Amino acid sequence: MSTTSALGGVVRRREDPALIQGKGLFVDDVNLHGMLHVAFVRSPFAHAKITSVDTAAAQAMRGVRAVYTADDVRHLGLLPAQAAAVGRPLLADGEVNHMGEAVAMIVAETRAQAQDAVDAVEADYDRLPVVIDLKEALANTNLVHEGVESNTLITWTAPFGMEEDGLNELRAKIDGYKAQDDVVVVSLEMVNQRLIPVAIEPRSVVAEWHAGYQQMTVHSSSQSIGAVASSVAIMLGIPYNQVRGIAPEVGGGFGAKLALYADELLIPWAARELDTPVKYTETRREAASNTIQGRGWLGTATITGTRDGQVLSYEIDAICDLGAYCQDLTVAIPFLGVFVGSGQYAFDTRMQLDCVVTNKQTTDAYRGAGRPEAIYYIERIMDAYSREIGMDPAEVKMKNFIPSESFPGATSPVGFAMDTGDYAMNLQAMLDSPEYGAMKLARDELRSDGKLVGLGMSTYVEACGFGPSALVDLGFSWSGYGQPSAFNGSGLVRVNPDGTANVIIGTGPSGQGHQTTWAQIVSNELGIEMDKIRVTHGDTKDAPVTIGTFGSRSAAVDGSATFEASRKVREKAARIAADLLEASEADIQFADGGAHVAGSPDKRVEWAAIAEVAYQPHRMPGGEEGGLEAHAIFSPGNATWPFGSVACLVTVDPDTGDVSIEDWVSMDDCGNVINPMIVDGQIHGGIAQGVGQALFEEAIYDDEGNLLTAGLIDYPMVTAVDVPSFNLSRTTTPTDVNPMGVKGIGEAGTIGAAQTLVNAVVDALAPLGVKHVDMPMRPRRVWQAIQDAKASA
Amino acid sequence: MFPREFEYVAPSSLDEALGTLASNPGAKVMSGGMSLIPMMKLRLFSPELVVDIARIGGLDGIEDRGDHIAIGALVRHETTAASPLVQQHAAALASAAAWTGDRQVRARGTTCGALAHADIAADQPAAALALGATMVAASSGGTRDIAAADFFVDTLTSALEPNEILTEVRIPKSSGSAYDKLGRRGGHTDYAVAGAAAAVTMSDGTVSSAGVALTGVGTKPTIAAGSVEAIVGTDGSAEAIAGAVARATEGVTVLEDLYGSAEYKAHLAGVYVGRALEQAIAATG
Amino acid sequence: MQVSMTVNGQAVSGDVDPRTLLVHYLREDLRLTGTHVGCETSYCGACTVIVDGKAVKSCTMLTAQAEGAEITTIEGLAENGDLHPVQEGFWERHGLQCGFCTPGMILSAVTLLDENADPSEDEIRLGIEGNLCRCTGYHNIVKAIEYAGAKLRGEEPAPAEWEVNA
Repeated sequence: MSTTSALGGVVRRREDPALIQGKGLFVDDVNLHGMLHVAFVRSPFAHAKITSVDTAAAQAMRGVRAVYTADDVRHLGLLPAQAAAVGRPLLADGEVNHMGEAVAMIVAETRAQAQDAVDAVEADYDRLPVVIDLKEALANTNLVHEGVESNTLITWTAPFGMEEDGLNELRAKIDGYKAQDDVVVVSLEMVNQRLIPVAIEPRSVVAEWHAGYQQMTVHSSSQSIGAVASSVAIMLGIPYNQVRGIAPEVGGGFGAKLALYADELLIPWAARELDTPVKYTETRREAASNTIQGRGWLGTATITGTRDGQVLSYEIDAICDLGAYCQDLTVAIPFLGVFVGSGQYAFDTRMQLDCVVTNKQTTDAYRGAGRPEAIYYIERIMDAYSREIGMDPAEVKMKNFIPSESFPGATSPVGFAMDTGDYAMNLQAMLDSPEYGAMKLARDELRSDGKLVGLGMSTYVEACGFGPSALVDLGFSWSGYGQPSAFNGSGLVRVNPDGTANVIIGTGPSGQGHQTTWAQIVSNELGIEMDKIRVTHGDTKDAPVTIGTFGSRSAAVDGSATFEASRKVREKAARIAADLLEASEADIQFADGGAHVAGSPDKRVEWAAIAEVAYQPHRMPGGEEGGLEAHAIFSPGNATWPFGSVACLVTVDPDTGDVSIEDWVSMDDCGNVINPMIVDGQIHGGIAQGVGQALFEEAIYDDEGNLLTAGLIDYPMVTAVDVPSFNLSRTTTPTDVNPMGVKGIGEAGTIGAAQTLVNAVVDALAPLGVKHVDMPMRPRRVWQAIQDAKASA
Repeated sequence: MFPREFEYVAPSSLDEALGTLASNPGAKVMSGGMSLIPMMKLRLFSPELVVDIARIGGLDGIEDRGDHIAIGALVRHETTAASPLVQQHAAALASAAAWTGDRQVRARGTTCGALAHADIAADQPAAALALGATMVAASSGGTRDIAAADFFVDTLTSALEPNEILTEVRIPKSSGSAYDKLGRRGGHTDYAVAGAAAAVTMSDGTVSSAGVALTGVGTKPTIAAGSVEAIVGTDGSAEAIAGAVARATEGVTVLEDLYGSAEYKAHLAGVYVGRALEQAIAATG
Repeated sequence: MQVSMTVNGQAVSGDVDPRTLLVHYLREDLRLTGTHVGCETSYCGACTVIVDGKAVKSCTMLTAQAEGAEITTIEGLAENGDLHPVQEGFWERHGLQCGFCTPGMILSAVTLLDENADPSEDEIRLGIEGNLCRCTGYHNIVKAIEYAGAKLRGEEPAPAEWEVNA
């Protein structure tokens, strides 16, 4: 398939004028006549039987219109999940399984009144043993769900598809490596901790039921409004074409607004019950305890390799924390870790990921989703191995990369076909960059000042741009919600009679700039000026069916569909223009708002003139059908595999353990780039989230299952003072799985970041004997690592 | 996000405010509201009546009173931090105010409010303790002076009675004081994981008097009595400071929290006692 | 209780419950929904507005405390349809992605530049410490504020990174 690289210009974002003037519409800004407000009564316990819920006092309070419990909503069923045995009741039904689980729902005239009524609900509980520690969860010391006999819901293994016999053979082979003379075996148990996504906009849902037309309108700050609408349709028994889902501006998602939530069903249900619009906006504390969390792996990574840097095998055995219930992709997230496996390397790889339920909030997709975890383990242990044998990590990488000659079409050691890559080229580009050179000089200068200084490096590859619709056959789909769509994308392009264009898409942004990027795609293809192209998203009333924005997929999949729809429109327009210009169709080119004959720029017609013909079918050449619009579905043959190289420089205060980032260099390769400004912005933000994981963030549950970090006071977020400016560069290796050659960039920054920082801190502390510091590397932990190293020295 | 219901008054005179407090035992004084309002929103604290003292005249000044400076109840953190008087005579407090919260918080919150709130990890209480400040508490029955050392009673508990307003804090002038801390996100960010303030007076090359105080390590901001004892009478050398560092948590109950084990916090107390003393002594030169 | 104040140059008054936070008065009563709520503990800064010349967090201020105050929200920043240089900077330098933190971030930056016309990068970063952004990593927000600072000083802003790298 050919690639197109004509895109690539910086265009100021078209979404910005509204947003910088406070005129963007977010869900919580929606204010409907007579609208009621919801607050939830939430469990103070992580695991308990509910013995009673007394709502009488709350019912009687001023402004309260309804109080609902499980008895009222049980008939609606469980929240859809891939592991149905542990699906979530919409309101806790007899038992609570994590702190903050909703036990009752108050609907009142104001939010304050609803909150007042929450205080008046009396719920009694009999506490049950809690499952918090991952090793205890795996050992089934206590069970989370009565009737589900093991806390381990699924075990993912790699190579993918290999049966137990094959895995045993692989184990024996690796044991054989370990038994060889002169090999080193480097192994570390490492935590990739639970995180709270913290989109700055809390989730919000507004529903309106029109009884006369039997029409439901649901506004939700969702990354996948189509899935919300179809789920509401199925669970409330309303035909899909009578449900309209609207996701206006979405104030950050990062995966957390992808999962379907109970409130996205309860609010529409209540709106229909009460025949009045109803709104719910979560508080920040609710966002912490009840919006999905991410990561949560405890794993041991092992490298076996020679003393001259040839790695023979990589193994990871990890326990992955699913939380109390499964939502959307809960069990699939660790699988995405299997997907990237041992990253960019060619050696034997064995993975075992035991996915366990615990009495904590559900985990699901958080920026990177399984891939940052997997890359963290391989890149940390590669660094430890390089250190162990005293070789430069870059040199070790170069020795073990999947060679560039294997592309396109390399197969990873865990059994997945990859699109394109040239890892050595990319790493060399970073090593040769002036920014990296400056970083090394800065390191030497800081060292001579007597500080503890570390330079860390990581490379990464990710699988994204989901993706092949055949993923459905592996169990990844929205079919649980009846969404008649798998992982394909769609786009609709219409040129209007006046020569302007509408682009209607089903995937919508939560900051990624779809309005700008999609206009660029269409403008580039049709030659229509940017300001004459209007991109509409986030409304299922008009949008072609697709599944939303996640997994760095929008541009690669839905963008490609829009590209192909544009091409269909262009081909038809070329036939009209050829007729009007009395030229050959093959000679028609589009630019500057019209079509012209190649080599004769004066022989041209404007788009409006072409449209005039298209909308008067009797004038169509050859009797072709009128109209000037096209819809396309795009299903790529594979995921895309972006990659990159990252380095950073840190200083550490040995007295306090305080880590400062001094400098940052990234060399990313996401294939062709549509808008470099937007791509860089995605990387900046991704890095900052990786820095947050590396330095500060952790969802901490105590032994009783209390979430100790439910407010931002105790969940430190990266602020402007905690990060430096980032030096970004890129190499360009287009993918061959889509027509634009774009790979996706939403998650790359995050996937490359965290271990780069840990590697840098370990580099700084290595002279003291430190081999590893678990994240988050808060000062206390860095200091403790220094003390432990001193004690064992 | 929504406080429970309460009544609100904003008296225009101190007498009126004190009268209201005297007749309403469930009342709570608010100046900037930076600590109180979040607690009310989370419904951790629900007063029946909020007495907003921000409209009382005459409480918003920083005055030079010869041997001390006086900071009124309504002086904002940003004003304290930027005041040349405070910077010159109470540098520890200027730093502590500059590192309190963020820019928006510093524009609303008050130094006296932060002291009265008595948070275990706040910055300015440590500076007030080290500098030997005096709190002036007014009630309808009159005013009383409370030494900083007696003011911080327990977690979020000061010596103020519910009917009293902290109208002023008086800081004896010091030419050698400093505050330093490790913030929760490292550096000087956010609340203190641990921090220390020191104020020293040097006479003829000898530390003739000193105040040293800790924040973040225990149940309340507290004087590091061992460090004071160790440093007074010495020449303030590195060796002498090391002696004070070694006794930083003597008699202090050090508690573990999300940001540090007791061992780590005790260690940090020493680190910051050392850094604060070093800077304070250097400033006297 | 009765309150009155000036919001974006307009005198407004209303009857509010004493527990009404300023942010809710602005959003619900005045329908100025550009001011956002991102947390309840005064950390995120999405609710930042300018009160009597100072950037403050309107979720940590009672409406009653704003009695008589002059308030500027994001809706009142542009004058006669002309963007404020800080707004312009955010647009020119890609200082926003999802746009949720943006109104608070912009108003915070406006007061920062009022107080310090030519801030260093470190001073800019410190000046917006009270405004969380989860999208941008702050990189382009700093560039946006540098752009606005130059504009306000009557200087030519430094070229964008993509212009330099192109």
